[in-house]
Amino acid sequence: MAEGRKSMETALAIIGGGPAGLAAALAAREAGVEDILILERDSVLGGILNQCIHNGFGLHTFKEELTGPEYAYRFIKRVEEAGIPCLTDTMVVDLEEEEGEKYITAMNRKDGILTIRTKAIILAMGCRERPRGALNIPGFRPAGVYSAGTAQRLVNIEGKMPGRDVVILGSGDIGLIMARRMTLEGAKVHTVAEIMPYSGGLKRNIVQCLDDFGIPLKLSTTVVKIHGKERVEGVTLAKVDERMKPIPGTEEYIPCDTLLLSVGLLPENELTEELGAKMSPVTRGPLVNESMETSLSGVFACGNVLHVHDLVDFVSQEAALAGKAAAEWLKENGNNVTEADLVLEQAEKQETAAGRMQAEKTAITVEPGAHVRYTVPSKIRPDKAGEETLIRFRVDNVLKDHYLCVSYNGELISRKKKRILAPGEMEQVVIRHSDFEKYPELSRITVHIEAE
Amino acid sequence: MYDVLIIGGGVTGSAIARELSRYDLKTALFEKGEDVCSGTSKANSGIAHAGFDAAPGSWKAKMNIRGSRMLEELSRKLDFPYKRNGSLVLCFDEKDRPHLEKLLEQGKKNGVEGLEILEKKELLALEPALSEAVVCALHAPTGGIVCPFKLNIALAENAVVNGVEFHLKEGVLTVEKADFPEHAEGYRVVTEKGSYETRTVVNAAGLYGDAFHNQVSGEKLHITPRKGEYCLMDKKVGRLVSHTIFQMPTAMGKGVLVTPTVHGNLMVGPTAMDISDKEGVDTTAEGLDEVLKKAALSVKSLPKGVTITSFAGLRAHEDGDDFILGEVKDAPGFFDAVGIESPGLTSAPAIGEWMAERVVEKLRVTKKVEEKRDFQETRKDIPCIASMDPAEAAELIAENPAYGTVICRCEKVTEGEIIDAIRRPLGARSLDGIKRRTRAGMGRCQAGFCSTKVMEILARELGIPLEEVTKAGGDSRMLTGGER
Repeated sequence: MAEGRKSMETALAIIGGGPAGLAAALAAREAGVEDILILERDSVLGGILNQCIHNGFGLHTFKEELTGPEYAYRFIKRVEEAGIPCLTDTMVVDLEEEEGEKYITAMNRKDGILTIRTKAIILAMGCRERPRGALNIPGFRPAGVYSAGTAQRLVNIEGKMPGRDVVILGSGDIGLIMARRMTLEGAKVHTVAEIMPYSGGLKRNIVQCLDDFGIPLKLSTTVVKIHGKERVEGVTLAKVDERMKPIPGTEEYIPCDTLLLSVGLLPENELTEELGAKMSPVTRGPLVNESMETSLSGVFACGNVLHVHDLVDFVSQEAALAGKAAAEWLKENGNNVTEADLVLEQAEKQETAAGRMQAEKTAITVEPGAHVRYTVPSKIRPDKAGEETLIRFRVDNVLKDHYLCVSYNGELISRKKKRILAPGEMEQVVIRHSDFEKYPELSRITVHIEAE
Repeated sequence: MYDVLIIGGGVTGSAIARELSRYDLKTALFEKGEDVCSGTSKANSGIAHAGFDAAPGSWKAKMNIRGSRMLEELSRKLDFPYKRNGSLVLCFDEKDRPHLEKLLEQGKKNGVEGLEILEKKELLALEPALSEAVVCALHAPTGGIVCPFKLNIALAENAVVNGVEFHLKEGVLTVEKADFPEHAEGYRVVTEKGSYETRTVVNAAGLYGDAFHNQVSGEKLHITPRKGEYCLMDKKVGRLVSHTIFQMPTAMGKGVLVTPTVHGNLMVGPTAMDISDKEGVDTTAEGLDEVLKKAALSVKSLPKGVTITSFAGLRAHEDGDDFILGEVKDAPGFFDAVGIESPGLTSAPAIGEWMAERVVEKLRVTKKVEEKRDFQETRKDIPCIASMDPAEAAELIAENPAYGTVICRCEKVTEGEIIDAIRRPLGARSLDGIKRRTRAGMGRCQAGFCSTKVMEILARELGIPLEEVTKAGGDSRMLTGGER
């Protein structure tokens, strides 16, 4: 270890103290892991929930409507009561695995550069907003172009309004929430433009944030030019064709001083990729099995770093599963080992490695079929799966009166009529453990959507 | 009475200021922007050209070669990022080979070292990502990449430390010949803020160089803003190529290149489009499309979905197609550095050196000009914690804990670095100023996470309300909506 660097050890390191990290920590503790460390880059726990002061959180988890900070606080309080240590204002800059040991390099103002040796890691870094540049929106680059989340922070945490005349591009949930928020604070939200022929947000947000306030949602519409050399002075909108190319002649100039972007969320997986986990090109998160374990043994992922969620309740649920699975992994892989156990552990390790390979062999592949963009997990190991395994996924288009189908080895097993399926709403199917005994040859589960 | 007044704080004006600061002179520089490096110097390819493009004997050729040779040593003295990564000019058609050979001959005449033509097999071994359509290429091992902001800022900071007055946010309005009874002839320079008398003037006004020249000379110049649009891509794909990959040059310039940047991103661009608005730095859908299409010809597959930002810069293209350097014939004491387009960035140190000599020669006719004994030749940049050895970083954080708080997650820029950027000579006064000095906000989230924190630090350090924080000075206020 390099000189001048402080070092620590833990059994389970959780990277990120947002809703996913907190729920994972609590579940791991409940499952018996004593030695846990949460690393949070912000000065407080709770993640992005702290700036989500609107209500609607916790309907599934607590059967009541909470604001973001209230929802976060329930978890923070439990983490505090459980005495789980957290390092806030601490940025993880590197993850490494060496001879089965995992090393985290982090930095903060108190400890300087910190090396943390850990057995297991839960990745819970969340996601970031897609910036203007990712869309190549032409025009000038003035002040007044904000991602919706940045504007949310300014309004709700700093108490400052970025502007008063607003156009929002993209109908992701944060954009919809900010349309209402800016309106409630007295700003004029002229329109929400969405390049797709459907919204990327939850239906309930379209109703409660746009319809209720008379804010028009313009579908198949995008910003083709940003005007204003110093501060935004206006934007030009245009309709797009089915290839999402602007249609000449449909341009419309809207004067405004602010353009908010809600054009997609990207899981923040730079650390995950550096560590070498296999990634999904669709979710941009790591591929995981039924235990939320990545392709790297002892490295788990949950929440928006895995795939972008609509509801925090499902993040908490998924994170709890990851926390519990990490606890089990630690039991199998020698948590709290003493010197005397080392020899035994070595033998066990070999056994576990062999067992793991066996389990990988018998693992069932979960794959997306027609109209399904991805599934989480992408593998199920029957011997590790619980009574019920949830498969979460998103569809690729708005689909009315379609059937949600599950096939085993290509044979249709179940189908359920859905009045409406939309890309903005995450869906799920449940696989029962009893099916693994019922279908001993099962090697491939396909989730697909069919018209008939 | 000033000895020299320089118009323009771009890389050319700053290089001239730095070279003049070696002498015991009263020198000032006027910049209309709120920061140095806020025009053409901030939006270009960041290439240290080898020097084979320009016609032998031209100013462009001479200054390019000299500049290219100076940059490496200068980068050590003034601590800015520079890397000699070599460049390739691709030829996709056997019938274009004579053009490539001509380029090689031209380069040799200009004095470029190590030029050679490589064949397809060698090329693909050297750069496996190159398009299979490539036939051969001109390899220039002396080509390099440089951080245009840090070069410009380093020169300016060093000039300030050595006594040059920098007047920011002070655009020059007029320059006129004047006779001062107690001295000889000189010029009266009127700015937005005052009126100044000077013995000599250096016109390094970039896109506006023609306007100032034409105020004092009968031989008129004409500059056309030639727009170049670029896309900057994620560091994930920054190693797609290691050399700077050019295509065959055209009458409009060096064409679309694909290059790693000195900070590890991948950059593609520029287009070349003559426009009329000298502030017209807006990107266009057509331009960005063209950049991506043309860049895609050079490599097997241009990564998709990894663009993090796009931007446009304006080349100051003079009708004569060459740099215009030196004392204006019918305006003694008025020196032009006009028409500084590509390879202007590479040439800047050479232009600075050459121009300072000419100005000093001129001044020595009427007064004694000594070289300073206490000239500070070197300068240290803001520490970059992210690229530092961990033990060294730990030491720095122990001394100043602000170096331990990461503000920009993507580029891992700390609070300490941001505070340094504000407190240095010619310190940053805006988000863009911070960005160009530290890279905070220049990463993949494009300031989504850090902009509010950087705004807070700026407000705190400058003692101003948050509402007065700007993106880039002037009316570019970040918050215009008032209190919630």
